[in-house]
Amino acid sequence: MQNSRQELDAILSKFKGRHGALIPLLQEVQQLEGYLKKETMKYVSEQMGVSAAEIFGVATFYSMFRLKPQGKYIVRVCKGTACHVSGANGILNAIKEHLKLEGEADTTEDTQFTVLEVACLGCCSLAPVIMIGDQTYGKLTPEAIPAVIGKFAKA
Amino acid sequence: MEKITAKLGLGSCGIAAGADIVWTELKKVVNDNNLSVKIEKTACIGMCFEEPVLELSGDGKPKIMLGKVESKDIKNILDGYLNNTLEYNNIILHEHQPAVHNELIANQQRIVLRNCGVIDPESLEDYEAQGGYQALRKALSMKPINIIDIVKESGLRGRGGAGFSTGMKWQFAFNARGNKKYVVCNADEGDPGAFMDRSTLEGDPHAIIEGMIIGAYAMGADEGYLYVRAEYPMAIKHLRKALIDAEAKGYLGLNIMGTGFNFDLHIKEGAGAFVCGEETALMQSIEGKRGMPTIRPPFPAESGLWGKPTNINNVESWANIPWIITNGADAFRKFGTEKSPGTKVFALAGKIANSGLIEVPMGMTLHDVIYKVGGGIKDGKKFKGVQLGGPSGGCVPASLLETTVDYDSINKTGAIMGSGGMVVMDEETCMVDIARFFLNFTQNESCGKCTFCRIGTRRMLEILTRITEGKGEMADIEKLEQLAVNIIKGSLCGLGQTAPNPVLTTLRYFRDEYLAHIVDKKCPAHSCTALLKFEILPDKCIGCTACARKCPVKCISGAVKQPHIIDQSKCVKCGACYTSCKFKAVTKV
Repeated sequence: MQNSRQELDAILSKFKGRHGALIPLLQEVQQLEGYLKKETMKYVSEQMGVSAAEIFGVATFYSMFRLKPQGKYIVRVCKGTACHVSGANGILNAIKEHLKLEGEADTTEDTQFTVLEVACLGCCSLAPVIMIGDQTYGKLTPEAIPAVIGKFAKA
Repeated sequence: MEKITAKLGLGSCGIAAGADIVWTELKKVVNDNNLSVKIEKTACIGMCFEEPVLELSGDGKPKIMLGKVESKDIKNILDGYLNNTLEYNNIILHEHQPAVHNELIANQQRIVLRNCGVIDPESLEDYEAQGGYQALRKALSMKPINIIDIVKESGLRGRGGAGFSTGMKWQFAFNARGNKKYVVCNADEGDPGAFMDRSTLEGDPHAIIEGMIIGAYAMGADEGYLYVRAEYPMAIKHLRKALIDAEAKGYLGLNIMGTGFNFDLHIKEGAGAFVCGEETALMQSIEGKRGMPTIRPPFPAESGLWGKPTNINNVESWANIPWIITNGADAFRKFGTEKSPGTKVFALAGKIANSGLIEVPMGMTLHDVIYKVGGGIKDGKKFKGVQLGGPSGGCVPASLLETTVDYDSINKTGAIMGSGGMVVMDEETCMVDIARFFLNFTQNESCGKCTFCRIGTRRMLEILTRITEGKGEMADIEKLEQLAVNIIKGSLCGLGQTAPNPVLTTLRYFRDEYLAHIVDKKCPAHSCTALLKFEILPDKCIGCTACARKCPVKCISGAVKQPHIIDQSKCVKCGACYTSCKFKAVTKV
């Protein structure tokens, strides 16, 4: 905890006094802590002299910011046009089924995986596409999902 | 000196198709066998459907390109090429002989993509060897106003989609008073189904940077931003390296090329908000705020970033600039049409045979783009429509395929040129579902500032969802049209003003599909699951049990070698039986 506070302070001091720094600052904070914790946002607000409302406003506006803990691996399911017409819904359902995610839940109970829908990964020619971490997998079928996810499952 | 050169495409799409594994193998084979092969990497050549793609040249042999290369074949390929005994079943380009895709390249005109798939994007030397930064050298010897005149004369129009004259935009920023000005590159490519800018950023980052330096000099700006989508990590990586290299070589920073001109360029990563592609929202985001559009006027040219005069252009517009400065306005005008000179990059995707990135002269017909360059429809299916311009655009039907690709002709169809996404749809695509898909997108991405955009798009989405579920009524069509008009009138920015376009164009050209959903409760494309039923044809079913074994809810019954039957009350319509049947005995009704 002590360490992470020091790292947090290092990030804040790097951005102090720079204009337009809030978004990159929050991106680095999220990188450090995995998601934007309420206490951290309060701390950032006090240290940077930016109102908590403004920080929360920015954090909720951009889809990249997460206010809840997320899994070790982020599974991004592309829902772009090309993927949509090539069956992205079936892929998403197969992933949710395989990871036993029901309803609104997006993170597995063992916090290994968080499943997100994203607008377009820009690999339309390989549709349907998903990204796990920074690896892209294309031309998927629902049947192929268990094997792809399996590469990242706990050893 | 090595005898031959082997160049591998390592763009994001190549890597997704396994090019990094091929790269490792390539290095290993050359080292282990001490082959006289120089290996190089490049980015996207545009033929994404053939990835991984390997180009071989040198030693007086014809230059060839191989598609769908697998690492197990690398040894044979290299040996074969070196010894003139190469036998490979997928030679996609050949310098002297007919090859599968020679036509595909011959029908293109590459200005923006001139270096993509040719150079190593992480090498400044490669870019310089192609004449890179010569345009900057030339521009710095000119008067700023003369540069703006060339851009105006070239007739270049904003490639982000709206098509406003780039030269005029530069003139406005030039005229603006103040000693602090900014230039911005809009690389927040957000349209689903579009990846032109990603490929350019990954494949030729210096071209965009050079364009921006020239623009900054012409307009009197000393600072600039590249606003890049965070979903494009490779693009950001290549840009970062390019900025460092360009600064070290004196093309960026203080006293550029000894002329006393200073220009500082930063990268700003987006954080995931489609609306930030709108210029006023983008500037709010650079300032670290919520990306909400603001009222124009004042236009960015008068009051933009931090209230200073600002010029924003899209990636493709910037990448055109060095070519125009080097070759002149007349050379540029040789391509394209009177009112839309030059070329346009398109991302072909969807149900098209050759999906990938292409660049064609303006004025080519949609038919030629799809059939001559794109190779027609995948799997011999029937063409239904092509979606242009993403969520702001529309669907153009088969009857309008002779429309030429230029800003004004495409606007007439009700679609827009947009940034260049071209998603092809076949008979299995439901047009009501496509309209619903785009409304779902814009509804999600609406920033919420304007009531009609925020709530109106939600109401449209609800109606469309109802129709695709077979619960639509005739009055819904009228409601959709009314909402569309009001959303267009009542929205501040382009997102809201164009959000109804996908609905309006599908209503215009595919109204019978709406009616089929509403009146007959049928989806003609057999795509909307609520209106779909899977049935087994007893005369075609041989009782192989493949479908019954695949069915996730075990609702298919029947003895071996006897026709099977689907229990409709349990069926979840996943389609597993349909895809698993080898005898076409499972049908959609």
